Amino acid sequence: MSVLAVIEHDRGTIATASLGVLTAARNLAAQMGTSLEAVTVGSNADALASVAGQYGATVVHQAHHDALTDFGPEAWGEAVAQVVRATSPQVVIGTGTERGHEVIAQVAARLDLPASMNCTEFDSSFNGTQPLRVVRARWGGSLLEQAEVDATIKLVTLANHTVDAVEAPTSASNTVHNVNLDSSVMHSFVQDRVERVAGVTLATAPVVVSGGRGVGSAEAFAPLEELAGLLGGVVGCSRAVTNNGWRNHTDQVGQTGTRIAPDIYIACGISGAIQHWVGAMASKNILAINTDKEANIVTKAGYAVIGDLHKIVPAISEEIRRRRG
Amino acid sequence: MNILVCVKRVPAPGARINITDDGQAVDTAFLGFTVSPHEECAVEQAVQLVEKHGGEVTVLTLGPAEAEEQLRTAVSVGAAKAVLVPITESDWDPQRTAQAIASVITDLENANGKYDLVLFGNESADSCGYQVGIRVALKLGRPMVNGAKGLDIEGSVAKVRRESDAGQEIYMLPLPSAVGVKEGINLPRYPTMKGRLASKKVDVTRTESTGSVGGLKMIQLQRPPERVSNTQILGTGPEAASAVVDLLEELGVFK
Ligand SMILES: Cc1cc2nc3c(=O)[nH]c(=O)nc-3n(C[C@H](O)[C@H](O)[C@H](O)COP(=O)(O)OP(=O)(O)OC[C@H]3O[C@@H](n4cnc5c(N)ncnc54)[C@H](O)[C@@H]3O)c2cc1C
Ligand SMILES: Nc1ncnc2c1ncn2[C@@H]1O[C@H](COP(=O)(O)O)[C@@H](O)[C@H]1O
Repeated sequence: MSVLAVIEHDRGTIATASLGVLTAARNLAAQMGTSLEAVTVGSNADALASVAGQYGATVVHQAHHDALTDFGPEAWGEAVAQVVRATSPQVVIGTGTERGHEVIAQVAARLDLPASMNCTEFDSSFNGTQPLRVVRARWGGSLLEQAEVDATIKLVTLANHTVDAVEAPTSASNTVHNVNLDSSVMHSFVQDRVERVAGVTLATAPVVVSGGRGVGSAEAFAPLEELAGLLGGVVGCSRAVTNNGWRNHTDQVGQTGTRIAPDIYIACGISGAIQHWVGAMASKNILAINTDKEANIVTKAGYAVIGDLHKIVPAISEEIRRRRG
Repeated sequence: MNILVCVKRVPAPGARINITDDGQAVDTAFLGFTVSPHEECAVEQAVQLVEKHGGEVTVLTLGPAEAEEQLRTAVSVGAAKAVLVPITESDWDPQRTAQAIASVITDLENANGKYDLVLFGNESADSCGYQVGIRVALKLGRPMVNGAKGLDIEGSVAKVRRESDAGQEIYMLPLPSAVGVKEGINLPRYPTMKGRLASKKVDVTRTESTGSVGGLKMIQLQRPPERVSNTQILGTGPEAASAVVDLLEELGVFK
């Protein structure tokens, strides 16, 4: 009887999303009157037991196998599934990230259990015996769903950034599980890596100057590049732009692009469709530049300038240069 | 190189997503339909691989009869065959969906031989379950990696590239295998005249399947709290530049 938090890590480095998962899992365990336990995959993550203890885990299950030196969705899923089988937790919570969803889905497939991804809330009257009521994100968060997970072991992932990490130190004991992995799970390991070159990315930039269909062509992004450069930011875009081949998909903001949270988002010639908005809504401030004062983005933004972006964007850059002298 | 791609028909909402009065579905009265962008890219990737290595692409959907429209769209951009697994409910839960799809694929493979690749989207646009592909792949007993931003065939291996915070990861999956594709892997083409004609002529095979109800039950849809903003209009046209830079200064993003 426990709530089991699945710790995501990359070759021993914990993913920050795991801390929110530990916190949420501890809260759920407390309301159920049971204990928080955690699982790590691979002996290179053994040191993370102390982190789990910092967040209130009483037992840390360490899945060991010689092959578990790097990430592999099927091997990780099988390893966690074996720990779940051995310990019968009532709830298993994973991270709401690419790897987190993938591992929980693998566990679900292997144990033939339901799984509910990207949960934003858990029923506060859940005591472990009834089906678990959750609220989960659909449409990349544009819509929510109240759902019920009906199984003896409830598998879920926690939507990223929904629970802040809060420590509650205990002393955790460790249990090593030597898992059996057959050849069928050995194929999908990371075989090679290319490290990213350091620099500001769309996801972390303090300023994003973004263009939509209203920009009109790939070349017409030059003034947006210039403004972004002056502000130490990067250029983003809508799906209409990537679909037209004007910019690379790595610049796309939205449900199927990147979620951003800059100090200011400057949206030029973007209508603000819900799938775009969901990627931009965490921005601290939004400035819309649009010819249409009824455009969805204009009505949702804190600030707007009405008019032709092709005239307004260069004028802003010029004013910045003028003031800088 | 024979490739099967699983696609799902979903509404294409605009400024907001409205829910029916009973809270059970998206109100589609005024909406068009599409497949998830990830799946569009999966179809494109399959067509490109077949153009390079030979073979053919089959598309499969589990959905209402109208989902034929999405299958025909896939044919118009290069798929050769289309399979519809009809359901009468608006959607099935992920376990049931996966069970039904896996059993249809097994039947197809018993009749026509194995698909070298079975492709999925990383997640469906509407339910965002992140699991149907993974469940199907396990039932078919083939290796599966989700989130592919690159997919090539090298001999008898599928080389998958995906992106993480740290950089890029490469996976090598022996064929036959399964891969979940993400938007950005390619730029899907538009249908050609010839493609449109082919899409009208293609026979859509209907294959019934059942699958038992799984343990994830949708109770009700709800809209997230909407951000209401009292938009401050800083001005009209280039004359507003000065007010914009004042704002940038005030927010501390311009030093
Ligand atoms: C499942 C799904 C997922 C999706 N995911 C994403 C996603 O991740 N990201 C995304 O962006 N979209 C996504 N979309 C697409 C989305 O629905 C919209 O089609 C898209 O965001 C529209 O892009 P846009 O605003 O640039 O174009 P439009 O909607 O055509 O808007 C253009 C805007 O530019 C303005 N304009 C035109 N000329 C000028 C000018 N000279 N100066 C100033 N303003 C001008 C117009 O008034 C208008 O408001 C998704 C769709 C689906 C179905
Ligand atoms: N009803 C369906 N018909 C065909 N393929 C589906 C269906 N539902 C899900 N899939 C496939 O499985 C992937 C993951 O779906 P999901 O688990 O809903 O996020 C999708 O991108 C599709 O490729």
